[in-house]
Amino acid sequence: MEFIGGKLLQVVIALAVFAAIIGLIMLVVDKAPKSSKDKLTVIGFLAPAAILMLVGLVYPAIQTSFFAFTDAKGQPNGVDNFVWMFTQPEALVTLRNTIVWTVLVPLLSTGFGLAYAVFIDKARGEKVLKALVFMPMAISFVGAGIIWKLVYDYRGPGIEQTGVLNFLRVALGMQPKQFLLDAPENTIFLIIVMVWIQTGFAMVVLSAAIKGVPTELVEAARLDGANPWQQFRNVTVPGIRGALVVVLTTITIATLKVFDIVRTMTAGNYDTSVVANEMYTQAFRAGEPGRGAALALVLFLLVLPIVVYNARVLRQQREIR
Amino acid sequence: MTATPVPDEASEATRTLPRAEQPSITGSPEDAAPIMRRVKQKLTSRWATAAALLIAVIWTVPTFGLFVSSFRPAAKQVGPRSDGWWNFFGDWQFTFQHYIDVTASAGSQSPNLSQYFVNSLAIVIPVTLFILVLASMAAYIFAWGKFKGRDGLFIFVFALQIIPLQMSLIPLLQLFTQVLQMPSGSYAQLWIAHTMFGLPLGIFLLHNFISEIPGEMIEAARVDGAGHTTIFWRIILPLSVPALASLAIFQFLWVWNDLLVALVFSGGTADVAPITQRLAEISGTRGSRDYLNPAAAFVSIIVPLAVFFGLQRYFVRGLLAGGLKG
Repeated sequence: MEFIGGKLLQVVIALAVFAAIIGLIMLVVDKAPKSSKDKLTVIGFLAPAAILMLVGLVYPAIQTSFFAFTDAKGQPNGVDNFVWMFTQPEALVTLRNTIVWTVLVPLLSTGFGLAYAVFIDKARGEKVLKALVFMPMAISFVGAGIIWKLVYDYRGPGIEQTGVLNFLRVALGMQPKQFLLDAPENTIFLIIVMVWIQTGFAMVVLSAAIKGVPTELVEAARLDGANPWQQFRNVTVPGIRGALVVVLTTITIATLKVFDIVRTMTAGNYDTSVVANEMYTQAFRAGEPGRGAALALVLFLLVLPIVVYNARVLRQQREIR
Repeated sequence: MTATPVPDEASEATRTLPRAEQPSITGSPEDAAPIMRRVKQKLTSRWATAAALLIAVIWTVPTFGLFVSSFRPAAKQVGPRSDGWWNFFGDWQFTFQHYIDVTASAGSQSPNLSQYFVNSLAIVIPVTLFILVLASMAAYIFAWGKFKGRDGLFIFVFALQIIPLQMSLIPLLQLFTQVLQMPSGSYAQLWIAHTMFGLPLGIFLLHNFISEIPGEMIEAARVDGAGHTTIFWRIILPLSVPALASLAIFQFLWVWNDLLVALVFSGGTADVAPITQRLAEISGTRGSRDYLNPAAAFVSIIVPLAVFFGLQRYFVRGLLAGGLKG
């Protein structure tokens, strides 16, 4: 365990340096003359975070936007990277997959999450039932990849199957299937992993929203003779519309950026790549930072309208209150 | 990503994260509970219960399978005598050896996870602290400081969450390695990168909370002669503990589970790389030691699971207040 010493030392030094910087800021702010005290406080408290965000987010975002129009050697090449993205077969597959992901994952996760939230609402053991579905949220995408590789495990026909799904297939008299290798449906099997993770998020948020729907409304609908489905359709759903929008958009954004699942399960091979994974592959593996930057820029442009829409819905709701 | 305008089931969440949590139309849960239960009894059909249980089982089985596999002997997992993990319940062959093998450092071929496990801790703990302190300082000024352009600047910070991580990676790596000549083989790059990426959401979450602290308390302290620093450390931080806890859990899980930032900035050696990166490495290559993967995966998810089950309340609260960081 001798390796711990050096690592611990690094951490201790880092924490000491950080404490010293913060202490210095506090000291300067505290000892400043009255005339400039307020100004120094604002600067001292804001500057560290501001500098980090400028260097870590603002500057790189601008820089990447320029990179997107350069080639592998850093020379300007116009829109070549974008032409590549929208014409090369392998790049087109990446775009197609990304679209399939961003349509299916939010719909399925929200659908399952909503159904589950409704089914277990006020049920006995609700907390435990929630925790079971919510748990995947805590597991890393890498861990989830390994978990699901086991589920999708394939052995040749005639051999004892080790994956649950192929075991079931064989038990039902079908041939075992190479879930992760057979394109194009292998993308669906990767999507299931993401749905497995995101459903818990949708469920928790929607469950909280459902509990916010006034019981008098549901009760009134019931007395008016609405059946459970009508109560759900006409009272509950309109009551949680805001939460539904946020859940859908949040999952959409998370899905657009999905990287780890594809990376760990297929590394983007067998026609399963998505924009976020391809961006990494091009920029850090294939030596094409220009293409990587172009993909990142496209990602940004895809995310942008969703966030703007989300923010507008939020603002409207705040005004209603 | 952005605030989630839904009320939490527990009124305590409404108390602790006031603005983001206010339900649009407030029913009073105490009075309504008996009525609600009556309604529910009518609503909850046997089919709904069955469907819920089915979902719960489908969602749990994959993780459970991994857990069982991690204790099965190598010959049962790979090779001619291997079979599915569910056979464990028929023959009860149990070994703890895989956990010893994946954590021990025996040569470069072994997973050597204890090293990477320590790395993950050494990355996560400082980053979480950095973000908590820096974000709460900024959030305090955004909430209670007075300067021109304050609100505009705050909206700008909020908007920074739009920038996907992917856009930052290439320029930031160039900056770290070529301009600043930062040494590889230390945690510094990861600490700084994670802190940068975590700040916008952290500031936003804490601002929501800190701005709801009653102004009279701050005013009273000021009358007593307290300066900004005293108010910040003695009043704001102690009162913000629930929000700080939510943010800390969030950051902890997010950084612990990260793979992308690690791949770009860590260099991949046992000196620096976190456990997720090692896990991706050993599971990515098919080999004769595949039977170690379940145990390795479980070592890596044990910490997030412990944090999750131990502090679920704060986790849910943070989720409802801030949506997801993506």
